Amino acid sequence: MATRRDFLKGVLASSAAATAISVSVPVAARETRSRPPEALGLLYDANLCVGCKACVAACKTANENPPEFSTEDRLWDTPLDTSGYTFNIIKMYRNGTMEQKDAEINGYAFMKTSCMHCADPSCVSACPVSAMTKNPVTGVVGYDASICIGCRYCVAACPFGIPKYQYDQPAGKIGKCELCRHRHKDGKYSACAEVCPTGATLFGRTEDLLVEAKRRLALKPGEPAKFPRGHLRAANLKSAPNGIQWKDEADQSYETPAGKYIQHVYGEKEYGGTQVLKLSGVPFVKVGMPDLPPEAAASHSETIQTMLYGGLALPLAALGALTYVAKRNVVADDSDENADNAKGGHHD
Amino acid sequence: MTKQAVHAAPSPVGGVLTNTATMVCGFLVLVMLAVLVVRFFGGLGAVTNLNDGYPWGIWVVVDVVIGSAFACGGFSVAMLVYIFNKGEYHPLIRPALLASLFGYTLAGVGVIFDLGRWWNFWHIFWPGYANPTSVMFEVAVCISAYIVVMWLEFSPVFFEKLGMKDAKKKLNRVLFFLVALGTVLPMMHQSSLGTLIVVMGVQINPLWQTQVIPLLFLLSAVIIGYGVVLFEACVTSSAYRRSIELHLLEPMAKIMLGVLSVFLVVRFGDLLIRGALRHAFSLNFTAFAFWVEIACFVAPLWIIGSEAARRMPARLFLSGVAIMLGGIFMRLNAFLIGYQTGDGFNYFPAFPELMVTVGMFALEVLGYIIITRRFPVLPREEATH
Repeated sequence: MATRRDFLKGVLASSAAATAISVSVPVAARETRSRPPEALGLLYDANLCVGCKACVAACKTANENPPEFSTEDRLWDTPLDTSGYTFNIIKMYRNGTMEQKDAEINGYAFMKTSCMHCADPSCVSACPVSAMTKNPVTGVVGYDASICIGCRYCVAACPFGIPKYQYDQPAGKIGKCELCRHRHKDGKYSACAEVCPTGATLFGRTEDLLVEAKRRLALKPGEPAKFPRGHLRAANLKSAPNGIQWKDEADQSYETPAGKYIQHVYGEKEYGGTQVLKLSGVPFVKVGMPDLPPEAAASHSETIQTMLYGGLALPLAALGALTYVAKRNVVADDSDENADNAKGGHHD
Repeated sequence: MTKQAVHAAPSPVGGVLTNTATMVCGFLVLVMLAVLVVRFFGGLGAVTNLNDGYPWGIWVVVDVVIGSAFACGGFSVAMLVYIFNKGEYHPLIRPALLASLFGYTLAGVGVIFDLGRWWNFWHIFWPGYANPTSVMFEVAVCISAYIVVMWLEFSPVFFEKLGMKDAKKKLNRVLFFLVALGTVLPMMHQSSLGTLIVVMGVQINPLWQTQVIPLLFLLSAVIIGYGVVLFEACVTSSAYRRSIELHLLEPMAKIMLGVLSVFLVVRFGDLLIRGALRHAFSLNFTAFAFWVEIACFVAPLWIIGSEAARRMPARLFLSGVAIMLGGIFMRLNAFLIGYQTGDGFNYFPAFPELMVTVGMFALEVLGYIIITRRFPVLPREEATH
């Protein structure tokens, strides 16, 4: 009977402790984070893209990445997807007769694939060693190979399939777009935007890019409109608050008839918003952009972690309760206690 | 309280160490070592089918996630004996703890094979590098701590063999604290192994992507712990031609069914509340895999539902196997089968990749045989000696 009573006491003690703790710990949900005010990013407008892939080539050069081959002759850099060695790629959508550009039916369209620089990135939340970090001012999601342990949790976590690993190397690294942050100190911005002949990829503060994107959505299809190229910046803006001194650049804007847009700025709200924004004439899911909720998965994951481990309150309380119960129950874990008994050494 | 004293004390099984089983295991371990040489010189791609759509393969999901769940026997039985004060289960502790010790230690070592930049591994414990909001950080720290705690819990076995009575006495004085730590730590990381998939968001099928996944993983780990003990007790008694401890296994199996029922209620309650159950009726492999997982977990309720059935070793064995299969499917489903990162990616382990997982398993069996034959782990068999 003693055993049963102790069993019940054990159950009661543990559940009482658990209840007390769950009540006392404030359920602090970790909200989805939003973009820093001075966040930098890109605006990609599929309607302006002509598929020349100058951005793919410039990205390779700027990041000193080797070419990747997918054709027999191995003459040109022909990556089929982003990889540990290709951080930016233009993919093509094809449907039916492919007569009309940017049409969903019997049309074709282009889409840029590169890091979206999420406001609340899954890769940064997942990384156990802070090798993947988000700059608090520019919001650029950067990677440091010298810290990375190569667990590839970031690769698994990203809903855009962006961080990629070099599986063919004994000391493989993660590869992803870092918005050419290594060029910022020379006053240069993202290479892909710098070389884009049509302004389909535009660099700037995400706030400004969002205003520009909404202006385009309001344009009447077919009507001539002005489109900037390169670096979108407020008049005479030379420096960013984080000390970047941008190089002077002549106004490269040009006039062309506006395209027909899906009325949605991709990246404005997805996963709490991204710093790279996209416009398209073809529905986004059809051109490989996932349908994402406004809350970031990182917020769900970190809410669970905070609730269970915040201040180590719950584990320590559980440890305390269990230590108390175990102290009463662990008496003599002596396998030669028969011998001990014989010597009168058994204590109970 | 002295109930445990009536049980036979543990003693070495004895016998030869070179037999067919140990030779086969030894050979498989050598094959694994050969594959690992290629892996460390040629990169992960040289021996695995890992790709950017499936960056985690069987070395993570089977060796670590499933391997550590299978190693929950020690935790499940210790909780029964020390926390719920069921002293009568005491003879089951050492064998269960030994299996757990091997399972976890090898899972910890196995992680290194999978890490692309393994020489930086210590960063995970280093302030300044460590990221406490990462679920992986929590899992790594807790598993490492638990491995140390288990070796300490198990050390009396070596002390006894080496005649170190003082050391054993000293350790016994703090054993209650080790037991408490050895209960809290697996509760923490077995639940977090489930939380690992939460940050993967919409890429995980809603049948597994849920905020209660830590609870589901924890409950299932406890159940798997008992399932593995049933399995091991049956296999050990048959392999060493020993009598089976039915008087212990029967009531323990009943406790297992109780936890299992709670698990199933939480599992289906969550699916119904979130409205995710409709995904189980899609016509695809993922939905099929879900039903296989559920069938494995439900089967023991039917196989050993009655007390008479729980006294039949064959049925206990089958239930243990069903639970282990359920645990395998639940984890494969959550991490691989229910994971979809985009079109064009697929994964099935390469042969050398499989041989590493097989080799790790062989190493566990080999270690278990050597230690039980030479060290006091299994209860002394009075009848056959």
